[in-house]
Amino acid sequence: MRIPCPFCGPRDVSEFVTLGEATGPRPDPAAPDAAEKFFAYAYLRSNPAGPSEEHWYHALGCRSWLKVVRDTRTHEIESAALAREGAR
Amino acid sequence: MSKPMRLSNGGLLDRRREITFTFDGKPYAGHPGDTLASALMANGVNLVGRSFKYHRPRGIFTAGPEEPNALVTLRNGSRREPNTKATTVELFDRLVATSQNCWPSPRLDVLSVNQLFAPLFVGGFYYKTFMWPASFWEKVYEPAIRRAAGLGMVSRLPDPDHYEHATAYCDVLVVGSGPAGLSAALAAARTGARVIICEEDFRLGGRLLSEPHEIDSMPAIDWVARVEAELTSLPEVRIFRRTSVFGVYDGGTYGALERVSDHLPQPGLHQPRQRLWQIVARRTINAMGAIERPIVFGGNDKPGVILASALRTYVNRFATAPGRKIAFFVTSDDGWLTAQDVLKAGLPIEIVVDARAHVADALTRPLSRAGVRVLLDAVVSDAHGRPGLKHIEVRKDDKILQFEVDVLAVSNGYNPQVGLTTHLGGKPVWSEECGAFVPGELPPGMQSIGAAAGDFALAACLRAGMQAGRTLASDLGFASAPAAVPRADDEPCAVSPVWYVEHRGKAFVDQQNDVTAKDVAIANREGFRAVEHLKRYTTLGMATEQGKTSSVTGQALMAHLTGRTMHQAGTTRFRPPHVPVAIGAFAGPHVGKHFKATRYCAGHDWALENGATMIEAGQWLRPRWFTKPGETDWFESVTREVKTVRAAVGICDVSSLGKIEIHGRDAGAFLDRVYVNMFSTLPVGKARYGLMLREDGIVLDDGTTARLGPEQYVMSTTTGNAGKVMQHLEFCHQVLWPELDVAMASVTEQWTQYAVAGPKSRKVLETLLGDRFDVSNEAFPFLACAEFFWGDVPVRLYRISFSGELAYEIAVPANYGDSLIRALMRAGAEFGAVPYGSEALGVLRIEKGHVSVPELNGQTTAADLGLGKMLSKKKDFIGRVLAERPALTDPDRPSLVGFKPVDPGQRLRSGAHFLAIEAAATAENDEGYMTSVTYSPHAGCWVGLGLLKHGAARIGEYVRAYDPVREGDVEVEVVSPIFVDPEGKWLHE
Amino acid sequence: MHYSFFSLLQNALTGHRGWTPTWRDAEPKGAYDVIIIGAGGHGLATAYYLAKEHGIRNVAVLEKGWLGSGNIGRNTTIIRSNYLLPGNIVFYEWSMKLWERLEQDFNYNAMVSQRGVLNLYHSDGQRDVYARRGNAMRLHGVDADLLDRDQVRAMLPFLNFDDARFPIHGGLLQKRGGTARHDAVAWGYARGASDRGVDIVQNCEVTGFVIENGRITGVETTRGKILAKKVGLSVAGNSSRVAALAGMRLPIESHVIQAFVSEGVKPLIPNVITFGAGHFYISQSDKGGLVFGGDLDGYKSYAQRGNLPTVRDVCEGGVALMPMIGRVRILRNWGGIMDMSADGSPIIDKTPVEGLYLNAGWNYGGFKAVPAAGWCFAHLNARDEPHSAAAAFRLDRFARGAVLDEKGQGPQPNLH
Repeated sequence: MRIPCPFCGPRDVSEFVTLGEATGPRPDPAAPDAAEKFFAYAYLRSNPAGPSEEHWYHALGCRSWLKVVRDTRTHEIESAALAREGAR
Repeated sequence: MSKPMRLSNGGLLDRRREITFTFDGKPYAGHPGDTLASALMANGVNLVGRSFKYHRPRGIFTAGPEEPNALVTLRNGSRREPNTKATTVELFDRLVATSQNCWPSPRLDVLSVNQLFAPLFVGGFYYKTFMWPASFWEKVYEPAIRRAAGLGMVSRLPDPDHYEHATAYCDVLVVGSGPAGLSAALAAARTGARVIICEEDFRLGGRLLSEPHEIDSMPAIDWVARVEAELTSLPEVRIFRRTSVFGVYDGGTYGALERVSDHLPQPGLHQPRQRLWQIVARRTINAMGAIERPIVFGGNDKPGVILASALRTYVNRFATAPGRKIAFFVTSDDGWLTAQDVLKAGLPIEIVVDARAHVADALTRPLSRAGVRVLLDAVVSDAHGRPGLKHIEVRKDDKILQFEVDVLAVSNGYNPQVGLTTHLGGKPVWSEECGAFVPGELPPGMQSIGAAAGDFALAACLRAGMQAGRTLASDLGFASAPAAVPRADDEPCAVSPVWYVEHRGKAFVDQQNDVTAKDVAIANREGFRAVEHLKRYTTLGMATEQGKTSSVTGQALMAHLTGRTMHQAGTTRFRPPHVPVAIGAFAGPHVGKHFKATRYCAGHDWALENGATMIEAGQWLRPRWFTKPGETDWFESVTREVKTVRAAVGICDVSSLGKIEIHGRDAGAFLDRVYVNMFSTLPVGKARYGLMLREDGIVLDDGTTARLGPEQYVMSTTTGNAGKVMQHLEFCHQVLWPELDVAMASVTEQWTQYAVAGPKSRKVLETLLGDRFDVSNEAFPFLACAEFFWGDVPVRLYRISFSGELAYEIAVPANYGDSLIRALMRAGAEFGAVPYGSEALGVLRIEKGHVSVPELNGQTTAADLGLGKMLSKKKDFIGRVLAERPALTDPDRPSLVGFKPVDPGQRLRSGAHFLAIEAAATAENDEGYMTSVTYSPHAGCWVGLGLLKHGAARIGEYVRAYDPVREGDVEVEVVSPIFVDPEGKWLHE
Repeated sequence: MHYSFFSLLQNALTGHRGWTPTWRDAEPKGAYDVIIIGAGGHGLATAYYLAKEHGIRNVAVLEKGWLGSGNIGRNTTIIRSNYLLPGNIVFYEWSMKLWERLEQDFNYNAMVSQRGVLNLYHSDGQRDVYARRGNAMRLHGVDADLLDRDQVRAMLPFLNFDDARFPIHGGLLQKRGGTARHDAVAWGYARGASDRGVDIVQNCEVTGFVIENGRITGVETTRGKILAKKVGLSVAGNSSRVAALAGMRLPIESHVIQAFVSEGVKPLIPNVITFGAGHFYISQSDKGGLVFGGDLDGYKSYAQRGNLPTVRDVCEGGVALMPMIGRVRILRNWGGIMDMSADGSPIIDKTPVEGLYLNAGWNYGGFKAVPAAGWCFAHLNARDEPHSAAAAFRLDRFARGAVLDEKGQGPQPNLH
């Protein structure tokens, strides 16, 4: 699998680590239902069979965190963007 | 040396040179250009080994990697390679091979008595028996089965060879160098595209090496040479010979194995045995060709029964044949072409049997004209002879005819090599037109052409190759004028496959795994009808050739039995590797001492000079202790180091701890969010102990973070978590809070850092620094930090303590690290300074009650570790919300306390579990466990830290530290976890 | 038909014409008392124990492909109960006890082979962690032995003791651990369930749930609607997809783990060995193939295949640990899809939908769990209350914080 890092270009998957599904944004800790929201944020996953938004870290490259849309049935990558640009 | 079965001329052999080799200890000779199989055949050796289950004699069935029978053990000693297909071994000088699965020899094999029990040993028999008595399975039955199973024997010595990994990029990857592959490579290469062509053989040409065609009015092998010359002349073309593409992976990535020196007695100096390529290709042309199919009839496994295409290869390319009385059993036009070649080579053909009633005259005439008996609409039902083929029975119009022959060539059409096309999930589809499975959905960027796509005729292959090469290159923006397609004939290639013939003897579907037609029938009767069930129940297609000659036939038999079409039956999914690949090749160079990178501290050499014993700390090597002359064991050294620190001063390399620079206007705010405690309020020039949680409220890591400037912090992490924390911080910044003005960098390797600990540590630093920096208690109190210059060299100084002593940590850029330790030791000499290692560091921190790796095990909360008060109530931080979940705040959770043995002579061990004194040793009574222990010179006995239920409330109680795996059961007293200086006065002195 | 040496002999004498289907390939009826989704090891074992232990025989097991096509057919066949946390030990030990009498129980030779499972350690710290685990096992009455380097060397002299980057210091041995023939486990349970009246329906994919007033009443399938009073989900690897049909989100990600088998060779590896300094474990099958694996590829996948970096990583570990296997060839390498849960431990529990039960989150440890998972899930289905051995596997434990995190990795499924 090759991931098109927006900064470094297409690179082999072995340069990256993934955190798994992007479940963000991080909930508001001050909200009255914060406990419930944080539980869902930390634990629950949609885990779709199809395109899925994930966080990948270019650990052996530019150290960028990426938001990658990848099809879990084919491993095909639809898009990869710097997480900081699309955050929140 | 005489080679009785070598034809007097022909073949692609270098007859001027002779290569000697041995098989089962007997010497033979062959020529460069031979494979082991062709050389054996030329020497009249047709019995190569015995089969897996029934120990039936087996010979050479094919001429390629699809070989099910001719498996030998190649080489000896530490280079022994069991289960090697003789058909794929390029002959080399002094080659040593031995037969497998037989004793004492393939001819006289004792275990051939197994054949008597064959009626019992049917597919799946072992699932139905060996159950009584229950205890016999592991003691009697299984060991016997295991001894009998398996094929060759592995050397128990380390593999002496090494393997390389390499990566290549290309526009067009061509797999296979037959007519389709060569023309495709040529067409693509002429556009200027970067082309890689991989051929598993040692010669390019594929079937053109075995078949006497004409292309562009020249012999095919001359055409091959011309194309090869042109490809070689093009700068963007790489030709990989002896290279098998074995796997398709995501993103146009292919795995290929180059056998760099398998054709040599042993690799040359610094030469790898094999090289594992990762090839990244934008487009791929699969031109892997096709494999001929056997027919299931009685005795179809006898040595002497051979695929017709293989016979053609042996005759034309290797100038040999397995016998001199040859018969053919064919259902295809291609079989007749082989017969013609055999005739041309001057070998006598007894009979050609074709199951079809009608065959073109053009095919039969040359044979019948030569006096060969031709029987159409007839079948071979049984082959007989022991050990090799002696005669066959032919059934024609319900009459049985017998023919004395020693070779029976079988031709039943071809299976396109669809293996690679299925690696990403594509399913082959049955083509009635081809009578074969052809590629279904292809991996992205791949195109299958030629025989690999079910297009068998030569001219069609050349056409497809030229077209595909050009089209794929032009897809990528490489353009060229169309070139002429090489001229050749489209030879006849019709086939009406016959999968199965009524027979009397044993008829094999999978020869290597000894799966018979009867086994398929039993599988049907028992409901194992799905292709995967058939495979798993009978083991059909699971042998070393992965069903290349058996899977489709087995599926056809099952389809016939269940009344399904081939399309309905489908096929099993092929898995990589397409050909077996050595584990060592996948492993590559990172084995032995190079398994993982070794990270050395700058003071490594100095440490070794001073008697250090090193220990792995993750990838780092750290001094564990320093042995002084006269010391006889580690305990003595460590105890001395600890006592010296407590009484005078010790120096310890702490460079492996993670160091992260955090800069920016919002650096303090950022740290407030990742640490449980406050950092934005930390004054410049001060350091603070910080605790970090994961978002689930469990402790992630701890360490000291110092503020060197208004917008500059330096964080320290534990050695093991340095990478993980860095990744976490980057996540928090880039993903959660990109609006914060903060940047960070890991500087672990950039700085060498030493702890200087003990009551005389200040004196050492005063001596070292002189008037360069004031380290007095007033100017530089506990938890102070500073950065200053010593000449041009930046120095960072922290007054922090892991040992509980008055202590400092001093850091310099790593290239000054060696100088620093030497200077420190010189400065410390007059104060009795000693170096101390990680063991003493551990002793000191346990005595002080500091938590470390054993306590930060990913299962503990801040409160568990007695650090609950650090959680700020004034702000949010990672982990705050989920740390409040009920089970994480349950007062019954074990919490950190100290332990001392009631009998001070007794030793404690980490990993012991706590039980109340009178409680039985059962799970219900488990109250926690010991995390860290040490002999404490200060306490004069062993002490420990551990997590105990209601720990803090039980100081003074006695409990058992129960350690059955080491036969330990020690009564311990629950004490405070701080064994030295509980008020922390020393730190401030 | 009872299987024995004599039935085999008898059939041998009659040309093996007397064998009957191992299980009935059933057509679905319109309604059942219980439907189990997924004819894998867990689903079939559940049906078997529902029929055998609870007398509930009006049961269907629905399978989207062929029986045993999921992880029961593509794992590395290890059985063990060498866990650390009480909630896990109790369960896996119950499973081990069921393994120990399985063949006699269902009259099918699943080749349960207690050849021992050895986890190597490479540092003092790791030794202490293993000691903690071994002691926890002993407190639960489970066998565990902590071996030192010399004991390991006497047992497995071919390991890399002299040239290792991370030297072997010893190992934690569970002698009762071992392997079993994975496919045969599925077939044995299928046969036992089918003989007791359970309908095993292949090629029948569930496409939806019929839920009325918060209560399950049936399932929609590719072969029509089938009614049921209770439905059990036993589709590890695909739990999220199927649960989503009932509107649930689970603390699970689907990940691929690769497994490998080598060519058959004469006996070489006597037991199951786990490398403690890299991602590698290995055993040898009765057929002679070396069966091994390592870590997850690390990314979510439903594709049943992995990529080259993980293959290399696993093989690096293998050769680093036992340099003699360098020349042994890999024959086949495949991927299985794991339910990786947020704490690395499974879920056997009711769901918010009444009558819908969940058996999921098996990570890469589902095979050894087959008997107990079947037993406990059958109990839950039949009695509507958790079995004591699976009492810790509740769905609400994540919200409560009562996670069962053996490795201490936190809620990141791919790290467990």
